[in-house]
Amino acid sequence: MSNDFIYTTYIKTTAEKVWAAITNPEFTRQYWVHDNVSDWQVGSTWQHVASEGQIRIVGQVLESVPPKRLVLSWASPENPSDDSRVTFEIEAIEDMVRLNVMHGDFKADSTMAGAVAKGWPLVLSSMKSFLETGKAIDIMAVKVCSK
Amino acid sequence: MVTDEDKVFKALADASRRQLLDKLRQKNGLTLGELCEDHDMSRQAVTKHLVLLEAANLVVTVKQGREKLHYLNPVPINEIYMRWIGQFEQSRLDALYNLKQSLKENDHE
Repeated sequence: MSNDFIYTTYIKTTAEKVWAAITNPEFTRQYWVHDNVSDWQVGSTWQHVASEGQIRIVGQVLESVPPKRLVLSWASPENPSDDSRVTFEIEAIEDMVRLNVMHGDFKADSTMAGAVAKGWPLVLSSMKSFLETGKAIDIMAVKVCSK
Repeated sequence: MVTDEDKVFKALADASRRQLLDKLRQKNGLTLGELCEDHDMSRQAVTKHLVLLEAANLVVTVKQGREKLHYLNPVPINEIYMRWIGQFEQSRLDALYNLKQSLKENDHE
């Protein structure tokens, strides 16, 4: 098990709310512009679905300890063998929550690493803003403009 | 009151610390020993810089066996970027950056 990226943010909220922000499509839609769909049981599949219904990322739930730890496999549905692993660690610290997102175990010739390295900081900033102020960042606008 | 943002700017206001971040950008997950390589800084000085970078949440560490691995965490910088640069200026800034890079490359020719 090796991590290529670790992203950390501190959010003024509860661990339960961060868990919901990751696993409830009603919430992910608002700050991540995609629905995260699964029953979040170990062994189940999960999908990252765009608003037009296109499935962008698929994987399996590898570990699920609400509201503390979620480990998912992560791959494009077009190339499911090129999978990697994402770990969410949620830890309450005083009146804040520390969220760690670790992404690793990329296949040797994976093209996924470059893409997610740009995406995660944006997703975490948007999640933080969404949970603290109720307003998400328009992450699609940022993505389109920075091309 | 020292805010999180103060910590980020203070941590970034030092060439050696920026160099350490550059090193992690090239290769993430380095040990203290690896971060000290090709530096004229002492191990102690590097450790001190890492403490400030960690306090600013720009560096995140993970224990692996006896080693501590250091990772660059760009999320606080992304927040600064979102606050002052935002989404609308980006394409113009990209154009300026590309222009500057190509002028620099021409200089080297």
